Amino acid sequence: MNHSTVKKITQGIAFNVFRTLSIILVAILFSILAFIVFRGAHTISWDFITQMPEEGMTKGGIFPAIVGTLSLVAGSMLIAFPLGVCSGIYINEYAPENAFKRFVKLMTNNLAGVPSIVFGLFGMSLFVNTLKFGDSIIAGSLTLGLLALPVIIRVTEEALKSIDKTYREASYALGATKLQTVRKVVLPMAMPNIITGLILSIGRVSGETAPILFTVAAYFLPKLPSSMFDQVMALPYHLYVLSTSGTNMEESRGMAYGTALVLIIIVLILNLTANLIRHFLMKKIKQK
Amino acid sequence: MIEAKNLNLFYSDFHALKDVNLNVAEKSVTALIGPSGCGKSTFLRTFNRMNDLITGVRIEGEVIVNDQNIYQKGIDVDQLRKSVGMVFQKPNPFAKSIFENVAYGMRVNGISNEKIIKETVEQSLIQSALWDEVKDSLKKSAYALSGGQQQRLCIARALAVQPSILLMDEPASALDPISTAKIEELIHELKKNYTIMIVTHNMQQAARVSDFTAFFYMGTLVEFNETKIIFTNPTKQQTQNYVTGRFG
Repeated sequence: MNHSTVKKITQGIAFNVFRTLSIILVAILFSILAFIVFRGAHTISWDFITQMPEEGMTKGGIFPAIVGTLSLVAGSMLIAFPLGVCSGIYINEYAPENAFKRFVKLMTNNLAGVPSIVFGLFGMSLFVNTLKFGDSIIAGSLTLGLLALPVIIRVTEEALKSIDKTYREASYALGATKLQTVRKVVLPMAMPNIITGLILSIGRVSGETAPILFTVAAYFLPKLPSSMFDQVMALPYHLYVLSTSGTNMEESRGMAYGTALVLIIIVLILNLTANLIRHFLMKKIKQK
Repeated sequence: MIEAKNLNLFYSDFHALKDVNLNVAEKSVTALIGPSGCGKSTFLRTFNRMNDLITGVRIEGEVIVNDQNIYQKGIDVDQLRKSVGMVFQKPNPFAKSIFENVAYGMRVNGISNEKIIKETVEQSLIQSALWDEVKDSLKKSAYALSGGQQQRLCIARALAVQPSILLMDEPASALDPISTAKIEELIHELKKNYTIMIVTHNMQQAARVSDFTAFFYMGTLVEFNETKIIFTNPTKQQTQNYVTGRFG
């Protein structure tokens, strides 16, 4: 065999290995999805998503859990997004290159790797007990917000870093201040990528159980919250309850799959919305 | 009056500009030439204090712009940068409409009268020879323009804050020959009203557009004279070698 044949064969093998691995990955994802759709689809009805749970959560709907999860996602993002974007701006644009900045970056990375149950315990001790918020939407949102914060900070930082310095220089050269440059030139260009971070965080936050376990989630609460100091049910915790500690687990199996499917659909819708915003911002930058 | 006096610049330990003395004639074009890393861009960037943005830069000596040393204490750098416009190597319009790109400098400097802004945008685009091509699409993104048009937009953007000096850092090096010719033509037009300093790697360009030429080598200003003298009868052997393409 000559050299070029060997090269061709190696090429072919490498290509097929990558392709096979990608196919396997997609297949696994699809089978999980198909499994949940298959088991959960027949449970889903208008009543299921608009009614309160009944008869020990074996009948009725999951409306309060849907509302709970949506308010927790909204609450945590309202807290984490501005805070995270501001921190990212500070780290990338303002903080001087020194040991302190390296330390902050290291800690941000470490924070992203902390198990979510630790956030849950921290949230309980700080927000629920010390600050006396009790088990409440506000305590849960703060806890989930903290969980999402490191990701948003890192994504913001990377997004800002990817904007070439020539745009900053052009702005300064026109007599703009640093704040004007960041706000009017750099941030708008970085926004589509920052939104990507938001999408990732929404997915993560809406599916987390551990951080809400001790801070907000109610086992059974067939009414809607009236303020942010109320407890709520939440989809991931409801799923956990139905499949491990429900009143009648055999009876509620279908409900559990239905809940899982609803959770997946909600995450999908939120992601699509965020993607749409991102697309719109990109278009604004590129086209009109 | 634009002048550098005993100018030294250090990037931390690296001595990038060594004792540069240069007097720039007003309403003329001065070309800065020399091999890569000779300090010509660094020198250009001392006139609007763009080097301030790099950490570890230290400057000694004086740079006089509009009768004052711009490195003395108490200088308002934002104000200075308004009177010294800059055009960069790569066209770098902002992610905004054509109109808002040109209006940007006025907006950040607190001009809010929309009538004045509109008039100035139009004036600047006329001056940069772009008006006829974009007058019907001012609301379109700047990125819809070609590279050459984008560079002329960047020139309009710089002109809109009414500078007296225009710094150009290889403004045509990323452009095709036709766009380059347009930029050069524009430089000819602009020097009636502005003092222009241009860094270029292109000998022919320097010969075509400039009235004076400064040749830099390893941080030193080797020779400075009228362009035709630099290119036909330079005093220094080094200059002779560089402009005839024997090194660099």
